[in-house]
Amino acid sequence: MNDVASPAAVTAALLQVQGVGRSFFKPDGDELVVLEDVNLKLERGEIVGLLGRSGSGKSTLLRLIAGLDAPSRGAVRYLGAPVEGPAPGISMVFQSFALFPWLTVLGNVQLGLEAMRLPEAEIRKRSLAAIDLIGLDGYESAYPRELSGGMRQRVGFARALVVHPNILLMDEPFSALDVLTAETLRNDFLDLWARGELPIGAVLLVTHNIEEAVQMCDRLLIFSTHPGRVVSEIRIDLPHPREPLDPQFLALVDRVYVEMTARPRQGRDGARAERPAMVGIGTPLEHVSTNLLSGLIDAVSEPPYNGRADLPAIAQALHMEGDDLFPVSETLQMLHFAEVGGGDIRLTEAGLAFARSDTDERKSLFARHLLAHVPLAAHVRRVLDERSSHRAPKSRFFDELEDYMAEEAAEQTLRAVISWGRYAEVFAYDDQRQVFTLENPA
Amino acid sequence: MSRGSGKLARMSTERLPISVLKRRFVPGQWDLVAFVLVFGLLAYLAHTAYTLTGPLAHLTAEHISLSPWALPAYAAQTALRMLVAMGASLVFTFTYATLAAKSQRAAAVLVPLLDILQSVPILGFSFTIVFFLSLTPGRAAGAEMAAVFLVFTSQAWNMAFSFYHSLRSIPSELDEAARAFHLGPWMRFWRLEVPFAMPALIWNMMMSMSGGWFFVVAAEAISVGHTTVTMPGIGSYIARAIAMRDLGAIGWAIGAMTVVILIYDQVIFRPLIASADWFRLEQEVGPTPSRSWALTMMRRSRLLSLAAGAFGGLVRLGFNRAPEPASARQTRPQRRWRDALWYGSVAVGVVALAWLIGRYVFAHVPAHQVLHVAALGLLTLLRVVVLIALASAIWVPVGVYVGIRPKLADRVQPVAQFLAAFPVNLLFPVVVSGIVYFKLDPNIWLSPLMILGTQWYILFNVIAGASALPTELKQVGSNLRVSGWLWWRRVALPAVFPFYVTGAITAAGGSWNASIVSEVAEWGNKHLAAVGLGAYIANATRAGNFAQTVLGIVVMSLFVVIINRLFWRPLYARAERKFRMD
Repeated sequence: MNDVASPAAVTAALLQVQGVGRSFFKPDGDELVVLEDVNLKLERGEIVGLLGRSGSGKSTLLRLIAGLDAPSRGAVRYLGAPVEGPAPGISMVFQSFALFPWLTVLGNVQLGLEAMRLPEAEIRKRSLAAIDLIGLDGYESAYPRELSGGMRQRVGFARALVVHPNILLMDEPFSALDVLTAETLRNDFLDLWARGELPIGAVLLVTHNIEEAVQMCDRLLIFSTHPGRVVSEIRIDLPHPREPLDPQFLALVDRVYVEMTARPRQGRDGARAERPAMVGIGTPLEHVSTNLLSGLIDAVSEPPYNGRADLPAIAQALHMEGDDLFPVSETLQMLHFAEVGGGDIRLTEAGLAFARSDTDERKSLFARHLLAHVPLAAHVRRVLDERSSHRAPKSRFFDELEDYMAEEAAEQTLRAVISWGRYAEVFAYDDQRQVFTLENPA
Repeated sequence: MSRGSGKLARMSTERLPISVLKRRFVPGQWDLVAFVLVFGLLAYLAHTAYTLTGPLAHLTAEHISLSPWALPAYAAQTALRMLVAMGASLVFTFTYATLAAKSQRAAAVLVPLLDILQSVPILGFSFTIVFFLSLTPGRAAGAEMAAVFLVFTSQAWNMAFSFYHSLRSIPSELDEAARAFHLGPWMRFWRLEVPFAMPALIWNMMMSMSGGWFFVVAAEAISVGHTTVTMPGIGSYIARAIAMRDLGAIGWAIGAMTVVILIYDQVIFRPLIASADWFRLEQEVGPTPSRSWALTMMRRSRLLSLAAGAFGGLVRLGFNRAPEPASARQTRPQRRWRDALWYGSVAVGVVALAWLIGRYVFAHVPAHQVLHVAALGLLTLLRVVVLIALASAIWVPVGVYVGIRPKLADRVQPVAQFLAAFPVNLLFPVVVSGIVYFKLDPNIWLSPLMILGTQWYILFNVIAGASALPTELKQVGSNLRVSGWLWWRRVALPAVFPFYVTGAITAAGGSWNASIVSEVAEWGNKHLAAVGLGAYIANATRAGNFAQTVLGIVVMSLFVVIINRLFWRPLYARAERKFRMD
């Protein structure tokens, strides 16, 4: 191991995150808070999962810990010393593998050791040992392009392990892989971890896959969105190997779903309320296709669910992960087609009516709900109605949205409204000219 | 995951200090080829370098022999100038672009400067020859430096731009990986930045080479005022042949140039293109991996891989010597203060320079001539526009026809690339003798020379675009029975449009450059001149009138910059947005 042998380091926690926040400044000088008041302590020998939706800042937190980015507030302490820039002894596995395509497997694995200026002989010895350990034996001279996704991520793991890190950071390491490959790689990793063969002190895993989190972690930190903060912590004491069909495992998965669909009341007292459906013009919207919206309504309305479904169950039935499902269920909730809470989704009267309707009725029902419950859509329609030309440039609404959110979120929100408005036929949009209009091509 | 134990044992024997000797060195057939090539090149470099130190007095037209037997030596010297200029361009690219990409303050100056330099007509730099000659009085080396510098100016800018763009567009996950694994600046440069930039850089090197041949030929026989220098090379050979009205010698020169370009293509660019595939980020294997016998030779020859290993060792040595990555972060107010100081002094410098140039020019040129020169610019602009339109009307349909037939495209594409590289100024005498013979109007008939060399960019970009058209789209076209004009309008033209724009931008830029060479022409003692900005600059340079030369160059640069900003860039952005396939 790569311990720094100062006396303070021996007593200090491996990693301590204290009151960390990260915000970005918008062009007009306003502050956009991505991460707020995060506290976390990592001890030797544990795997801690950071679980949250996209936009919850969990990847940002990982980068702060890796020293790739600096916190706006608070401090990240590694072995007692503040992290300023990438620290030796912390290494990372990337979602997209981030292999250098012009280096062989061996070249990629050696990279971190070369940067440590070790003697060449030791570099080779340790690299080959890591390649061996991770099951890449025989692939040393292959280039990443010649490997399958699973093998590539193995290279990613070997590259991170070879430096014998105190902390291994994993940024959704399995999410770019197909289900079967991800499972194999996950199990191999857990196997090595359980047998103590990995030269790693502790692991911090970012994921949006609830089953994965429950299977791998000793502790889970659940993040809220906008801004990202830790809303709850769940300890998992199930013995390894964990069996996904085990009732205890399922109960934990269910509990995580409940936590993730709830939202904290003002304080941090642990009491939670259902997510309110109140939205204003400045609420960021997620671009969810209308096909997905009607697909989920159809699925929940049909047997065996008959209008009420357990979120983990419906996610599994639709082959979706939590991160894919939550935006859909929440959009339905916002449109008052469904209610979400306690890990369940329940269709409203309108939702059930939608399920029974034909295409044209669906569109008009959707249009009514869109205008009633999405203030931005109603606003766009009102502006178009008021103008004699019935045209308005996109920039007009974009500028308005930028008062409330970052550029990217504004773009995403407008795309969502455009897509829903088109489906509901409440307005049209010309992308070439970037204008909203009332006329649809006849 | 398996655990092998044999591997470590094997590795420990390889750690012996005599590991190189453990593999017996057995020369293979590829070593023989490599040996001949490497040592032939070395001997030849030594010989040519020797001539550099010769006296300047030998560099006159009378020393150029028109015998075909003298041509191989001339061709070799021309090729060497190209090689040296390319080396200099690479060094410039690696330093200038890196500086611009790493420092925001430097970028604020370096990037616009590069943009301007790129639009300055290359032969506008020819007056620098006086400066270079003064560096080595009485020696040929100064003239050689001047020629190399001219070729350098035709190659370096777009390479530097490409490298700068690559450095700025390094994928964030690779950047993060490099930082997370503590790569120092030197290691980062060789392990991440250079490989990532390679495909784009290689493409731009090819473009640069194409332009370079044109200008190396033009740069070998230069007259600036009273200074006339004729360096031994194909360009001077042609110049001499023109003066002597020797069509046969011109034929020989064209033949020799063809051979030189073919050799360059085979020995340098085929291998480079083939190895560029290696650096591509898409992790899939391309449909048709490029092949090159020379690359095979380099990869299989143990001699060369030993040499490559030595280079790799040097680079790695640098990893250890290079300083640790700095992690200091400047505080905000401090940075703002220095920024203000920096940008302030840059602004002052720019204004002062503009004032100096203006004062110099207007001290020698009457103010109303500016309008005259601008009018000449409009005339040349008219020529460029008409010629690009004509070339497009011819080559877009041809390119589409070829591009949608993969087998044909495979055969035509290298030919088009060769034609683009061929310095058409070698053909000028043939055309000019025709104009003289038939007594044609030079204002019209000299014009096509401008686009003779650059039209091929349109052709091979369109071919590339048409070949990239997904098979499924072609099939949908036939399935819906879309044919004739409708097919062109709805399928072919939109598909090749972004590619066409790229080709047209290159062709138009090249045509402006070529106007300086092509608006004036000579055949023996016959002088032909068209009215235009190119002719104005050429005549001013020959007469040694620096003020007029500078004025002409400034006006032409302005034309190019303005047209790029107002026309090509918006068009390109539109093409990117609207016709992108993803």
